[in-house]
Amino acid sequence: MVDYEVQAPPTTGSAQDAAAYLKAKFPGAVSDDTRPGFQGVIVEAGKLTEVAQAIRDELGYNYLSSATAVDYHGAGDHMEMVYHAYRISGGGALNFKVQTDREKPVIPSLVSLYPGADFQEREAYDLYGIHFSGHPNLKRILMWEGFEGHPMRKDWKEAYYEGEAKPFDSRWPSGWVHRAEEKNIYGSNVRYPADFDLSKLADRSDEAVYSSASIGVDYQRMTDPDDIRTDQLVVNMGPHHPSTHGVFRMVLKLDGETITGLEPVMGYLHRNHEKIGERNTYLHNIPFTDRLDYISSMGNNFGYVMAVEQLMALGARYTAPTYRSEVIRVLMAELTRIVNHLWSIGFFLNDIGAFFTPMLYANAEREKILDFFEATAGSRLMCNYMRFGGVFKDLPERIRSTANLMNDKIRDYNTMEFLSDMINERLPRFLEEYDRYLTGNEILLERTVGQGVLSAQDAIAMSCAGPLLRGSGVAYDVRRADPYSIYPELDFDIPVGKQGDLFDRYKVRMDEMHESLRILRQLLPRLEQTKGEDIMVGTKAYSPRIPQGEAYGRVENPKGELGFYVVSWGDAKGTQNPWRYHVRAPSFINLTALGPMSVGQKVADVVAILGSIDIVLGETDR
Amino acid sequence: MYGLGILKGLGVTIRHFIDTYKNDVFYGFNKGKPAEEFGVRQGTKSEGIYTVQYPDEKVAVPERFRFTPFLVVNDADHPDAPGEDWCTSCGICSKVCPPQCIWIVRGTDPATGRPVPQPEAFFIDIDICMNCGFCAEFCPFDAIKMDHDYEMSNYDRTSVNIHDKERLSKPFSYYRSIAPTTAEEEADARGGWEHTDVIKEKKKAEAAAAKAAAAAAPKPAAVPVAEATADAAPVAEAVTAPAPEASADDEEQKKAERLAKREAALARKKAKGE
Ligand code: SF4
Ligand code: SF4
Repeated sequence: MVDYEVQAPPTTGSAQDAAAYLKAKFPGAVSDDTRPGFQGVIVEAGKLTEVAQAIRDELGYNYLSSATAVDYHGAGDHMEMVYHAYRISGGGALNFKVQTDREKPVIPSLVSLYPGADFQEREAYDLYGIHFSGHPNLKRILMWEGFEGHPMRKDWKEAYYEGEAKPFDSRWPSGWVHRAEEKNIYGSNVRYPADFDLSKLADRSDEAVYSSASIGVDYQRMTDPDDIRTDQLVVNMGPHHPSTHGVFRMVLKLDGETITGLEPVMGYLHRNHEKIGERNTYLHNIPFTDRLDYISSMGNNFGYVMAVEQLMALGARYTAPTYRSEVIRVLMAELTRIVNHLWSIGFFLNDIGAFFTPMLYANAEREKILDFFEATAGSRLMCNYMRFGGVFKDLPERIRSTANLMNDKIRDYNTMEFLSDMINERLPRFLEEYDRYLTGNEILLERTVGQGVLSAQDAIAMSCAGPLLRGSGVAYDVRRADPYSIYPELDFDIPVGKQGDLFDRYKVRMDEMHESLRILRQLLPRLEQTKGEDIMVGTKAYSPRIPQGEAYGRVENPKGELGFYVVSWGDAKGTQNPWRYHVRAPSFINLTALGPMSVGQKVADVVAILGSIDIVLGETDR
Repeated sequence: MYGLGILKGLGVTIRHFIDTYKNDVFYGFNKGKPAEEFGVRQGTKSEGIYTVQYPDEKVAVPERFRFTPFLVVNDADHPDAPGEDWCTSCGICSKVCPPQCIWIVRGTDPATGRPVPQPEAFFIDIDICMNCGFCAEFCPFDAIKMDHDYEMSNYDRTSVNIHDKERLSKPFSYYRSIAPTTAEEEADARGGWEHTDVIKEKKKAEAAAAKAAAAAAPKPAAVPVAEATADAAPVAEAVTAPAPEASADDEEQKKAERLAKREAALARKKAKGE
């Protein structure tokens, strides 16, 4: 059912050609972005739909990877929407931007052209207050409706506001400690919008509950005793539901057992990661990225340091990371992919009723890799391992522990032997056994084959990424389509599915683990060869100045394309805090497909469909 | 045949079940199990499930493991400056700390009002610390390090979770006991087991002495310089030389300390139980 395809090289021209074409076709409406360090074109808001149409249909940029807003408050005083579109056949981004007024920001919606812009535009509306004319469902997505203001705007201040940028002066040299909560007591720092009716919250009637979930439930008809048609039923799953993999809520409209509508409700874990990121210095953000998709923190680190390294490369004194550090980064990224897929397959099987035994077996393998992470990076999940220009530390000679608590038990392994045992013996043996254990299992096949189908066209249109996209038969993998680090010299294939059902996604993940092992086997000799070489270039600066410009660093994370859009702006000599820090979260954007995939399925399947997308709420809600 | 897949799968589960317990049966359910067996069980060659019975058993954490930071101070039996802080209150850790949970009051000389390289107070709000390890990584004096003790639960976060200097300070020998390899690497980089400043002072003194000797010597300039550098090499060695001795001493002390810690912990446990 799964076959292999190697990504064809991009054939249809560079982003510069595309920009030239657009400028010729829309004279006056499209212009180059001439700010230092910026790329792409600026499109006039009135013409955006037409230009985007040409970008998608004529130039072939049919995959909208990221759409996000930037607030240039005090630096031009405008809002900007930044889009990164790619060709699904591979190649670099066409970056186009639209500028609008800060006071009354309005931009035409692109949802009709790129359905994948749906959640991203809602996010920009929620966090920046930009109105997208023509958006079918423009309402808040991460914050709730009783929230005052648009928190990502530069002039919005959080409840425990302390200063515009870290490091804060109060910490040194006279840092007499206090707790923010003592000075700014909770309750006195909460505001509601002027037109918000708090008493509404106390209304627990069915009508209020159903109308708050805006999926078109006809409450009148539901309660009409004379209506003999089947009752429409609204079922609320989550936010506290074991199958939602975290605090995620789905409001389902059911006709009998069949789903006729699904509305995802998210944001319960929202902490405004991006606002924190803009207060932070560049370095501060590395451990914060660990907390996004906390199953694959190494991959998150990788994407972020790549984005910042792109910015650093705009400056004069920049040396690329050493070869050994790139090898180690890829080693970590591929191990992370295995860790993540073991986890997600285990939980997916839980979701379809193979309760916890497969999960436990998969986890036993995952533990060993985490032991290696712990010995190398210092932590099992929050690895915080990569740095600008390299990694934190070289691999340790031995994975060794010293007893210093009571009842401690000691382990001691040679790191390279441990790695090679894992990669050459243990993990392949495990995967083979897991295959025997489950892949032919009739119950598994009944539950997954032909369920939750997502077509290739829909997957591309909805900006799906990762195994979800590849399960639908689209061989798009950033490692091949837009290669980074040392991936070009490595030999591996991209597994794809045929039908785009749950089974294909399961199988793609299984095959990706095999491919990761293939990559890892090629890394072992490289690790031996580069032994003793530097893992950092130059000295580690704790507060590097980053030249002005924008960068979009993206990596193929286990859950899909993870992108970091970082803007350095405001000081010609370079900045210490990012002006804009945006995370293109695969867990978030992949959820666009949840509703369309679930409609027409049975309610028991929605659990499996959600499990097959593989989300982590730390990344979804940010 | 329908159902074959299920049967195969059940075979795998039975296999795992047997693998999990066969070792226990072999060692008569943990009686007489050799200590190395734990490492084998946790390693890459193990079969079956290998869970650990926390808190009766604990997996010792590797050297680089990071929990919350502590401040390094000289050992109590240090010949020149027992218990002295390594921290010079330079403030780098507080700047590099992502959630900004380090608060430092720089010391001042009461007579002159000028800053002195000693923190007057040092706080870390453990509630906020995200265990990132940046403070330890970027401290230029190796004065703040990540601790391994992760059992820090308590009943009242408001009164115990801001750690002050007293609570944070731990002797250097403790650091060497939890992270022997890293400590050694760092000592190599500094040029000795002492604090960077002490080493610098020593080197300066040696260099001055060498210079004085060179000035006193009535020979042409070229020769004494060569002599001085030749002298400098043994000097550098001399600084590092006491290390093996110290490490033997340290070994003892480490043991004693571990013992003391264990006893204290036992006592705490007992007190809690009663
Ligand atoms: S960086 Fe080191 S020396 Fe400087 S204040 Fe922090 S602990 Fe002290
Ligand atoms: S470990 Fe990280 S968060 Fe904790 S005190 Fe050190 S720098 Fe701050």
